[in-house]
Amino acid sequence: MKVKVLSRNPDDYVRETKLDIQRVPRNYDPSLHPFEVPREYTRALNATKLERVFAKPFLTSLDGHRDGVNCMAKHPKSLSTMLSGSCDGELKVWNLTKRECVRTLQAHEGFVRGVVVRFCGTSFFTVGDDKTIKQWKMETPSYGEEEEPLNTILGKSVFTSIDHHQKEGVFVTCGQQVDIWDEQRSNPIRSFSWGVDSFNCVRFNPVETELLASCASDRSIVLYDMREATPLKKVIMNMRSNTLCWNPMEAYNFTCSNEDYNLYTFDMRYLDKPVTVHMDHVSAVLDVDYSPTGKEFVSASFDKTIRIFPKDSGHSREVYHTKRMQHVISIKWSSDSKYILSASDEMNIRLWKANAAEKLGLLTPREKAAVNYSQKLKEKFQHHPQIRRISRHRHLPKSIYSQSKELRVMNEARRRKERNVRKHSKPGSMPVVTEKEKHVVTVVK
Amino acid sequence: MAASNETMLKKPHVGKKRKPPTRYWEGTEKDGKNDGKKQKEGDNNEQTPQQNKTRTKEGGKRGGAGGKRGGAGGKRGGKLGKRAGGKRGGAGEKVISGKSDPFPGSALVPEEKLKKFKRGVKGELPPRPQYNLRDVVIRSEAASDLAQKQNARYDLMLPEDAGFLEGDKDEDTCTISQDDIADAVDITAGAKYFSLTLSQFGPYRLDYSKTGRHLLLGGRRGHVTCLDWQSKQLMCEMNVMETVNDVKWLHSEALFAVAQKKWLYIYDNKGIELHCIRKFNDVLRMQFLPYHFLLATASATGFLQYLDVSVGKEVVAICTKAGRLDVMAHNPHNGIIHLGHSNGTVTLWTPNQREPLVKMLCHQGGVRSVAVDKTGTYMVTSGMDKKLKVYDIRSYRPLQSYFLPAGASCLSLSQRGLLSAATGDIVQVYRDVWSTPVTKPYMAHRAKGSVWGVHFCPFEDVLGVGHGEGFTSMVVPGAGEPNFDGLDANPYRSAKQRQEWEVKALLEKIQPELIGLDPSQLSQVDHSTWEQRHEDRVQVLGFDPLAKEKFTPRLKTKGRSSSGKVEKRKKQVAHEDQRDVIRQTVEDRMKIDKERKEREKKEAAAAGQKSALDRFRK
Repeated sequence: MKVKVLSRNPDDYVRETKLDIQRVPRNYDPSLHPFEVPREYTRALNATKLERVFAKPFLTSLDGHRDGVNCMAKHPKSLSTMLSGSCDGELKVWNLTKRECVRTLQAHEGFVRGVVVRFCGTSFFTVGDDKTIKQWKMETPSYGEEEEPLNTILGKSVFTSIDHHQKEGVFVTCGQQVDIWDEQRSNPIRSFSWGVDSFNCVRFNPVETELLASCASDRSIVLYDMREATPLKKVIMNMRSNTLCWNPMEAYNFTCSNEDYNLYTFDMRYLDKPVTVHMDHVSAVLDVDYSPTGKEFVSASFDKTIRIFPKDSGHSREVYHTKRMQHVISIKWSSDSKYILSASDEMNIRLWKANAAEKLGLLTPREKAAVNYSQKLKEKFQHHPQIRRISRHRHLPKSIYSQSKELRVMNEARRRKERNVRKHSKPGSMPVVTEKEKHVVTVVK
Repeated sequence: MAASNETMLKKPHVGKKRKPPTRYWEGTEKDGKNDGKKQKEGDNNEQTPQQNKTRTKEGGKRGGAGGKRGGAGGKRGGKLGKRAGGKRGGAGEKVISGKSDPFPGSALVPEEKLKKFKRGVKGELPPRPQYNLRDVVIRSEAASDLAQKQNARYDLMLPEDAGFLEGDKDEDTCTISQDDIADAVDITAGAKYFSLTLSQFGPYRLDYSKTGRHLLLGGRRGHVTCLDWQSKQLMCEMNVMETVNDVKWLHSEALFAVAQKKWLYIYDNKGIELHCIRKFNDVLRMQFLPYHFLLATASATGFLQYLDVSVGKEVVAICTKAGRLDVMAHNPHNGIIHLGHSNGTVTLWTPNQREPLVKMLCHQGGVRSVAVDKTGTYMVTSGMDKKLKVYDIRSYRPLQSYFLPAGASCLSLSQRGLLSAATGDIVQVYRDVWSTPVTKPYMAHRAKGSVWGVHFCPFEDVLGVGHGEGFTSMVVPGAGEPNFDGLDANPYRSAKQRQEWEVKALLEKIQPELIGLDPSQLSQVDHSTWEQRHEDRVQVLGFDPLAKEKFTPRLKTKGRSSSGKVEKRKKQVAHEDQRDVIRQTVEDRMKIDKERKEREKKEAAAAGQKSALDRFRK
């Protein structure tokens, strides 16, 4: 007879002293772990619920401005520094970690229209309603020293926006025309205008650094190459675009925020129709900024909300609002991709988390692993109706909720009417126009 | 009182001792011979430790000296070479010391191990234009492959091997008595064969906790006791002064349920009555679904009831309309309850449906006992017709049918697929009942009284037998799973670990709605049928876009609505939507016909024409 009976030595399975950690022998045999999928599903459901429980995106509000905040700028070298210009010509420099204003200066008379920090981070430029461009030092002037600009350029007309080149001492302003300036000269080195009376936004491409795009008040978006004497091409849309932002990872793509409540992502090579139409706002979209990863962007709207869109999705994944936040004028996504800054009419700048349920601060390895695991589970079961319902649920202010409902009804009615017209007209006389094609009038080269 | 009466049985019950027992580690010189015998036996060597075998195989492969694997060497070598070329440079690549790596690349994992961890089948990749989706699929498949491989590797390193029992030449394992086994094995394992003489309040039902550490005994005449059976430490003992029909541990060893004469009671491990649940009356049998925290009870009134023990609410009460329910089992794979009835049927139930999912006619008499194996593949039933039948419950096909002269009253399946069947006062253990027809039991043991309940202890080679004279713990080598998972059921867990596990388990409690025949269905794509989609569309639109209104001709006067006229008018609009299509097809067909005719005509003309050379034809 040969016999062997299971006989475990408890010493192999129990910790030796209380100072040790417990021993956990594993056996991954699937038959020892029944109900794998239902258990994972339950975990995913719990993770989704907890995500909604922990979704507290609002971090702080920076107050101190005495008029509505009109523009903001990120510091290219320091994560904690941020600049904001208000409608009374005041400019403030903020320390975000301390959540306080470190410097205030009266930059312009009238609005500060635009502010941009030079790529090296040592100085910044402002433009204002007093037809001047001013360059300021980033350092606070020492005691007794007067707050004075390094350089002042007097222009002929009001400037509405400014942006700086990524590598060279060149910046661009817009107003009645788009001007490209050398930092050393007091006259523009190049001026572009294309039968347009005024521009409201101009941006350098962060990857192909010689390219520019601007939004004009005649509903067009004009593209330029700094090295050429004439603009490249322009696309005219149904309504005016307020601002635009280049995708920092995909050199060809940019997104513009439009007055018709939508945002449009264009490929600059094929302007005849946008790549994606992003809908969800219920009022004009005023500003847009990309996350440094280029995967998502955030938009600020006149409807008092901020929305975060994945770059290739037609609808937003997140909406932020508070009772006290008024029309949001300017928006920035921080360079570490974790925070969002919004500047609004009621003189406040608000700091939000980019991922509403994210835990801030250092995570232990176990916490990190748990977060990753639940993220994967949520992804795996995202299409299950229960999980989808919970993860998509957002509370909206009543006004916005009813407006979006109204908009939906209006759109549906329009669509129905079009369908009926098509049904009762000669086949082929009413071509189907897709949503993407609808908003573009023409492309001019 | 009772638990202290533990005595070691000295008399052998079945068979006589013939030879002094050999230890399995002795007689190494005979090993080769035994191996040969094993291979000859073929299927019967299920109990030989598989891990050992695979390990030696693996060793042979890696060493390159395994004579047995020599034939496959060439093929494998080629494979290795290819892999090495991809990853670490050629096999013959020299390192600084001048030697080349004889085993380049990562070690191979045996196929059967890989298969064990396989989940689902690989689908086809989406077509190239959907490059985003394609990328996601490729990446996730690579990840799951890696996980599978790592699991298989880890499996080779598990510390414990399963037990086994082999007789000498012409010695049946079923004649080996428990005393011989207890003598042959080491002292701690030998101590697992013991008997409790409890003649006063029997017969006894029993239940082992999920970790296998704790034993719960319930005597018919009211004696309830729970103990840590390995250390023989008594946790509580009491007499409930009522008939006890069944006892069951709940999710941990802190709580247990007792089905008493009238109501269902919940006690804690100190014997304090926590709940008397009056909604559950005349309960005869209970099953606990550990991942759902559901206690399923079958009553004498024919009700199948589910109690959610985490919140204390009754989930559902189903009237089975099948009379007294005293045969019950649950499928550990999918949480479905199997009930055996006196008319020979076995019915399958979930809490989500008032009718049985499946009704199987299994026996010609009543069903006496049902057991379902761990993987949810096989069901074993025994009936009044003295048959023991094995079914495949994925396809509901009978696999084997055995005749037992006395019929089996209680059945239990172990983690490694051993079947114990109690006939009168004899407990027989069978091995491998589903694949090959079995003629002899693997082990047999005579209990002192008639057997009332049998239960294999999880993670131990132990079979607990409750009978009229108390309780016997039998040693059955090869019954238990040798390697437990510490995060699922850890027999050695501390109180703190148990608390933590309890919280985790409660957090991932599966809702009763998810119980169904296939537990993995939740992860599969729900291909809705065309009808389903159409129904949804109708619901969204508020009308049926495909519905055709029936044409009702308007009533006209002056004899124009005679039935003939009405029919004529109906014909005018009949198949109006298909007329274009019909016209088109008719035109097409006519065109084809015309072409064919022309062609034939031409050919005929060509055939009719005479050439100048035709005159030379014969």
